[in-house]
Amino acid sequence: MHLEQSVGAVRPRDQHFGEPLGFRSGAVLDSYTLRYETYGSLNADKTNAVLVCHALNASHHVAGYYEDDPKNIGWWDNMIGPGKPLDTNRFFVIGVNNLGGCFGSTGPSSINPGSGLPYGSSFPVITVEDWVNAQARLADTLGIARFAAVMGGSLGAMQALQWAIGYPDRVNHVVAVAAAPTLSAQNIAFNEVARQAITTDPDFHGGNYYQHGVVPRRGLRLARMIGHITYLSDDAMMEKFGRALREGKPGFHFDVDFEVESYLRHQGDKFSEYFDANTYLLITRALDYFDPAQDSGGSLTRAFADARAKFLIVSFTSDWRFAPERSREIVKALLDNRRDVSYAEIEAPHGHDAFLLDDPRYHALVRSFFETVHAELPR
Amino acid sequence: MSRSDKLTLAGRPDFEAIAHWVKPGSTALDLGCGDGLLLKYLRETKGVRGYGVEIDDASVLACVKNGVNVIQSDLERGLAGFDAGSFDYVILSQTLQAVRHTEEIVGEILRVGRQGIVTFPNFGHWSQRLQIFFAGRMPVSDVLPYQWYNTPNLHLFTMADFENFCAGHSIRILDRLALHRGRPVRLMQNLRGTLAVFRFENSAGYLRT
Repeated sequence: MHLEQSVGAVRPRDQHFGEPLGFRSGAVLDSYTLRYETYGSLNADKTNAVLVCHALNASHHVAGYYEDDPKNIGWWDNMIGPGKPLDTNRFFVIGVNNLGGCFGSTGPSSINPGSGLPYGSSFPVITVEDWVNAQARLADTLGIARFAAVMGGSLGAMQALQWAIGYPDRVNHVVAVAAAPTLSAQNIAFNEVARQAITTDPDFHGGNYYQHGVVPRRGLRLARMIGHITYLSDDAMMEKFGRALREGKPGFHFDVDFEVESYLRHQGDKFSEYFDANTYLLITRALDYFDPAQDSGGSLTRAFADARAKFLIVSFTSDWRFAPERSREIVKALLDNRRDVSYAEIEAPHGHDAFLLDDPRYHALVRSFFETVHAELPR
Repeated sequence: MSRSDKLTLAGRPDFEAIAHWVKPGSTALDLGCGDGLLLKYLRETKGVRGYGVEIDDASVLACVKNGVNVIQSDLERGLAGFDAGSFDYVILSQTLQAVRHTEEIVGEILRVGRQGIVTFPNFGHWSQRLQIFFAGRMPVSDVLPYQWYNTPNLHLFTMADFENFCAGHSIRILDRLALHRGRPVRLMQNLRGTLAVFRFENSAGYLRT
């Protein structure tokens, strides 16, 4: 048995960058800050670093907890720590809050040094490529020339794939969980409904709500509720809530009556307390725009032509948001290029969110893959 | 190679025959690859770039542990994710007797692979024949250790049956080997071999690009 432990109390750090960063859109950010956390220790050769990329609503706080807030446990704590599948006794693990985020890295709620006001609607539309470029700069400052692995789930998986495409010499292994090479039209449609919920909220003020002392909370709540439905499978929802009524019998009103309504409202409320609406817009847009094949004449195979990493691709059978077929597209493109790739399709009922859960088959695979990553570390 | 690998290989004499046939530096797809040891063996002895296909969770995990590329997929649903002629060899070792759609799978082997390699327990071995002939019961042996009611084998066949199948499906046999207790059998192969190994291609020949 592996003795699994928490990385314990952790502390975020800030790295400021004074050199301008150009975005895919053509926009330029003159200076910015990235907030990040690290776990484990970087070896002398700096070869054991693993970057963990976050998805929509997560952050740099990947594992452990904060001394002054012990209930605030990292979002992938079941995966990362001493003796865990990504073992911090062996690897130096880095979590970064992406640019445009709302957890400490420069984003729409940060003060624009040019105007003295929050960026708000003036924050550039950001892409997965821009995120990865910013992460690469952070790696530079940490002296990490090459990651032993880059890992992520969902949108985090897209960043991991982009690392292999954009920086083929800087990543040895990629773990992409619950991934898709692009969003489908249906995915984009869900994002659009979420964005409409936010931008039509009277408190949105064209994205400059900070100056008005308000938050488009209703919009954010709706956006989260819509998103949440797509992260769960029909079966998982039925199993969790069924048609259960809170009062045991119909109330004949439009307030919360079914348990599932209560759950969604709770999720929406919680989310609107801590998440920035502009960041939500930016991140959903980054998802929409991600399409590594677009610069290769629409061929995903050609997009991966320069990739050198070894890949582990994992999907979940009940994930209808990023269905297994989407992962198979990635596998096919890697096979076409004769890249080293293993693909597992985990039978799991939980939908897209399964990538965050502690499924023993899934975790055993990731653990074994990182055993091989560790075995390949230069000595 | 480590000691444990050798022990495992000793239990799979068909691996050595396959390794003998494949060209160094070629590509191979191993259908129903189990723990991936054949591919590992081919990589280490012949520099073969290989991928396994497996449906079983435990086998997929074993492949990852063995550092072997594996794609989790159901063979019975075909090889839709693989392009025509994309591998030098498609291998099916000791699995052909256990698949439902035999013709379709052999068809897929020769669509995706320039050549196919299959190994299977030879039902034509004299001991099997004797068991049916004298005891009047379905044979049970080292190579076919199951009772009729719990066997995973759906189609039991002999070397002669497979040759007949190939003749009827425009398949040219390139190599054949009969093994018994890990050693090649030269004479009366269908009678004396317990494990059959065949290498074959479309008799029309695959158009190389």
